[in-house]
Amino acid sequence: MSNTSDIVVVGGGLVGTAVAYGLVRAGASVTLLDEGDVAHRASRGNFGLVWVQGKGADQPAYARWTRRSADLWPEFAARLKRETGVDPCYRKEGGLHICLDPEEMRAREATLETIAGHTGTDQSGAGGRIDFAMLDRRHLAELVQGLGADVAGASFCADDGHCNPLFLLHALHAAFAAGGGRSVGEAPVERIEPGSSGFLLHTAKGEFSAGRVVLAAGLGSARLAPMVGLTVPVRPQRGQVVVTTRQPPRLRLPTHWLRQTAEGSLMLGDSQEEVGHDEGVTLPVLQTIAARAVRCLPWLAEVPVLRSWGALRVMSPDGLPIYAQSAAFEGAFVVTCHSGVTLAAAHAGALAPAIAEGAVPGELQCFGQERFDVPQAA
Amino acid sequence: MFRRLPDDERDRVVLTFEDERIEARRGDTLAAALLAHGRMVTRETAGGGRGPFCMMGVCFECLVDVHGRGGGRGLQACMIEVCDGMKAGRHRTQSSDEPEGAA
Amino acid sequence: MKRTQLLVVGGGPAGLAAAALAAQRGVETMLVDEQPRPGGQIYRSGGFTSSTLDRLLGESRRHGAELVTAFEHSGAVYRPRTSVWHLDPDGEAGLLVRDAQGAGASETIRAERIVLATGAMERPVAFAGWTLPGVMNAGAAQILLKSSALVPEGRVVLAGSGPLLLLVATQILEAGGRIAALLETAPRNMNAAALRRLPRAGRGWREIARGIGFYRYLQRRGVPVHFDVDGLVAEGTGALGAVCWQSGGVTHRLPADLLLVHFGVIPVTHATRAIGADHVWDQAQQAWRPRLDEFGATSVSRYAVAGDAGGIGGAQAAEVSGRLVALDAAARLGPMSRDERDRLAAPLHKKWNAATAVRPLLDALYPPPAFAADPADDIVVCRCEGVTAARIREAARRGCTGPNQLKAFTRCGMGPCQGRQCGPVVQALIAAVHGRPIETIPPMRVRPPLRALSVGDLARIARADSDEAY
Repeated sequence: MSNTSDIVVVGGGLVGTAVAYGLVRAGASVTLLDEGDVAHRASRGNFGLVWVQGKGADQPAYARWTRRSADLWPEFAARLKRETGVDPCYRKEGGLHICLDPEEMRAREATLETIAGHTGTDQSGAGGRIDFAMLDRRHLAELVQGLGADVAGASFCADDGHCNPLFLLHALHAAFAAGGGRSVGEAPVERIEPGSSGFLLHTAKGEFSAGRVVLAAGLGSARLAPMVGLTVPVRPQRGQVVVTTRQPPRLRLPTHWLRQTAEGSLMLGDSQEEVGHDEGVTLPVLQTIAARAVRCLPWLAEVPVLRSWGALRVMSPDGLPIYAQSAAFEGAFVVTCHSGVTLAAAHAGALAPAIAEGAVPGELQCFGQERFDVPQAA
Repeated sequence: MFRRLPDDERDRVVLTFEDERIEARRGDTLAAALLAHGRMVTRETAGGGRGPFCMMGVCFECLVDVHGRGGGRGLQACMIEVCDGMKAGRHRTQSSDEPEGAA
Repeated sequence: MKRTQLLVVGGGPAGLAAAALAAQRGVETMLVDEQPRPGGQIYRSGGFTSSTLDRLLGESRRHGAELVTAFEHSGAVYRPRTSVWHLDPDGEAGLLVRDAQGAGASETIRAERIVLATGAMERPVAFAGWTLPGVMNAGAAQILLKSSALVPEGRVVLAGSGPLLLLVATQILEAGGRIAALLETAPRNMNAAALRRLPRAGRGWREIARGIGFYRYLQRRGVPVHFDVDGLVAEGTGALGAVCWQSGGVTHRLPADLLLVHFGVIPVTHATRAIGADHVWDQAQQAWRPRLDEFGATSVSRYAVAGDAGGIGGAQAAEVSGRLVALDAAARLGPMSRDERDRLAAPLHKKWNAATAVRPLLDALYPPPAFAADPADDIVVCRCEGVTAARIREAARRGCTGPNQLKAFTRCGMGPCQGRQCGPVVQALIAAVHGRPIETIPPMRVRPPLRALSVGDLARIARADSDEAY
């Protein structure tokens, strides 16, 4: 098989496969290079939220991009299921952010008002105003059984939803393959050589060449980016997650750190820790996660824990995605973010077609890497 | 399926499993007590009933729910001992095809 | 604040010997064990007297009692009914203590050094019908005999291979039980691989004579013994009804109430994998084991392994390795000089070599059957999640190169047993699909909790470093 294609995507996680899938749909010949079985993989530790509320208070473009992806998700999920038979189990019935005191309620409302302002006044169109409401304890109790005594209320956003991130990853891999894409596993990229007519990638599985290259290797992109004239200052941020055995349906709507999956497991998250590449779990954090969950929903106390893990989010200095094309080597792109599930639909449906045309879309120009450039000392 | 050796002279303990009265011996694990009583099925799944397989805590097939004070759901019957008045029942594993994260 | 110098996990021969010697040598030692009484699976007892059990278990039961007595007099702290559900790199261990009704209380303890003596488990082999109630491990039947004085009755069939299978068979007969058939997957005559290993096998002749003696005894007692058994199938709806197999070119079917299977034992590596220790593939034993130095130290600081958890050596070797690990702990934690450790260790190393000399022969005599590596498509491999061999093969063909991606794609290994039962089978299946050597397929990652606990247990941990739960 020839090792030459139009585009090579580096990284087989949610970001890489979503972009690769979008590229084959746009008609490109694409090779996806993936690492081995035990690679650091944010996608396998993901919480599974397609989440709008709370995102982009400080960056209107991020609020709009997130909202747009949420709008694309229903059709995206249906198409994946149709094309692959793998159902990512997406449900869009709204999501809750539970608040434990009135002060938190007030702050929450202010944040969401700001984001609503960023996202406009039209609730129907793509990228429109986010659809949220503040629920007091009485109204929340109608949606959630067995609330703890400390719960003050919640914000509700109709644009939120959740899915199964592992099936999403599986479906994206399958859809990419079904669309004619070529996937090469156990092929970590050692070196990228820019040339006159494209890029040569040296991997454990041999050399691959392409006119364009998309770096979507999560934390691994930091090392590869300088080889194509890009800087990707991402760092790991750990989130610990606890999952229980399957239970009868009891929590219909997802919350930002507690949800019941389609098949019954309860997922409890999720911490934000700056601990380098350590994927472990720690007793104090697990305890904090469990104690907060029991405080919100006391019936959780007797539910058996199945597993816990630490996953590494891919964080940029301002927490926003990085979408950029290299100025020095045209055709080299980087795509990285910590919301690989939420943004999957936009990555496949809006970003990838633009990359296939050779550019980052205009609406995403503010996510370029140059925002991190350190001003030269005077 | 199993019978007691005749010289086992331990005290009798009475428990209830799925509303059935079961006589066991003090020191029995719940799994042993159920097998001695002829109850092979301790857990229900979409693929049928399951029973104790390893008796040493590694297979997680003998999951039961212990009711009442201090009880718990999804406990391994081979790892807990019977006591007078214990009430327990089969654990029902919700069926599913969906994994939920972190391979 | 709860602290101990040495924490020993597991109360079998390795753990008991390690804890007893360390405590005698002045190391502050605590042993935690899941069972209500010390002894591990090999010396397990129900804590009651029975002359029948004394007769059946004989020397083994007496030796176990001696080991327990020595431990009880050593000064080591003993915590029964206590599971370890988490191990931190810095030596903090999460414990769950259960009362008789199963109610748990979680706490942590901080140890300077931790010895994992978690023993062995029976090798899982997925065959048609192995999930039916009425199919159990042979070792499970032996546990029921030792701890609850229960003897199999009805139409009992034993199948598989290995010394334990034969031992259980004779114990059933001597306890007055009956056996409808014994299905040996090994050939009747010793294979060439075993013959090659005979000269260096120490008391190898004795083991072989013992094996032949077992078969003769069974046949004398009227038990039909079939060799070279293949295609094992457990049939039944809702519960076991019959056992089918092929041997001598003939397909057999026998009605059965209880099928006891045994395909050898493998190390329990959950704890060592959870702490991220290096493991090596043991080709002879067809299992992973942690990489250890001559004193049982793992690649992770603070952690050592004693006994079968470090590689199958049997009860005698386990006891010796427990002492070696204890000497090393004493030297590292203060009370003993390195010279003294080495002086005391020299005869123990010799003893360990002698005790394990027969293993290569046993491994060659009783290899896992060919069908262990190649289950038919419709066989359930992951018992917890009901994942079949076909789905695993399909996921492997779709690009899964290892069990961790496979978990994500199929849920295989994600149930409560965390791959304890399916892991070895999955490894063989993936290796076969990709045409790769089995040792290149990594084992499944292990995620805490190692033992079941509830969200409430987790929320109420009494931490080692604080006086109150938070």
